[in-house]
Amino acid sequence: MKFGILVNEGPFQHQASDTAYHFVKAALEKGHEVHRVFFYHDGVNNSNKLSEPQQDDRNIVQRWSKLAQEHGIDLVVCVAAALRRGIKDEILAPGFRISGLGQLVESGIQADRLVVFGD
Amino acid sequence: MSEVTGGVEMEEETGGTVKKFMFVNRKAPYGTIYALEALEVVLISAAFDQDVSLVFLDDGVYQLKKGQHTKAVDMKNFSPTYRALEGYDIDKLYVEKESLEQRGLTPDDLVVDVQVLSADEISKLMAEQDVVLSF
Amino acid sequence: MLHTVNKSPFQTRTLESCLRHALPGSAVLLIEDGVYAAMQGTPIADKVRAAMEQVRFYVLGPDLEARGMDGDKVIEGIEIVDYGGFVDLTIEYGTVQSWL
Repeated sequence: MKFGILVNEGPFQHQASDTAYHFVKAALEKGHEVHRVFFYHDGVNNSNKLSEPQQDDRNIVQRWSKLAQEHGIDLVVCVAAALRRGIKDEILAPGFRISGLGQLVESGIQADRLVVFGD
Repeated sequence: MSEVTGGVEMEEETGGTVKKFMFVNRKAPYGTIYALEALEVVLISAAFDQDVSLVFLDDGVYQLKKGQHTKAVDMKNFSPTYRALEGYDIDKLYVEKESLEQRGLTPDDLVVDVQVLSADEISKLMAEQDVVLSF
Repeated sequence: MLHTVNKSPFQTRTLESCLRHALPGSAVLLIEDGVYAAMQGTPIADKVRAAMEQVRFYVLGPDLEARGMDGDKVIEGIEIVDYGGFVDLTIEYGTVQSWL
């Protein structure tokens, strides 16, 4: 089964990004495909490589990057939401790319299930 | 066009598939950005020729309230955009009767013509969708 | 259809909105702060039990554990699932509506 994921909240502030991550991992472990994770609203902040959590905490940004690299997941950050919040190519963590909202709609069309995580 | 759709070449990438997309709006405008950014997705979705509907529930009905003046808070008044949706062939706007009534509102209080449906009717509509996007 | 609820029922009316729209045969999965609705001995529990006559309820175990909520005190009939179970539910019940 093919999944698309939408993450509407930033890291740390809300659990949405964590839940989405664990969901994606579980789906992959079950042999499903996660073709894209789309980051919208404050969710765009999940792509900020300048994020430096304390050492005993999870690194949410790096965790997404790693998962994307290992499993070929397309991590898309909404351009309009990103520009508003100062997220630009220079500060994007590996595996993320900035693109338009059409990528979200397309994900809804292509995926068997689109699952939304937010506040 | 590809700028609007985020570089997606639609014919190629979506293969002419038409899915039922529902946007569920449950949050009031201005207090948070969800309503405005939800509207931005709705506008983009129009370019994909999908079967799009918008539902306004709970505090989402306040998005459609007439007479919004945002000058003093210096924010963009996006309520006129709901009236422009028809021009994008998005004409399925549903408002939940119970949510309106709870808030002392009637369809006359809204900026755009909508279909008022009961919670039960909205539930059935929701269950028919392929994709439900909530913000 | 699968409905997810991530808000505490003591804080917002999200669960009520969800229950108003969950048709017979659909399922509700309680996640994040939504898991508090799964516990016995609260005024919410009666509402959940009433809804359970027509709708299946699930609760995300990792979120219960994180919050120190005892799985033994979850309302009888609510099934505790892990993230893999969450994935399975989205497949079994079809379109997902997240009540945010």
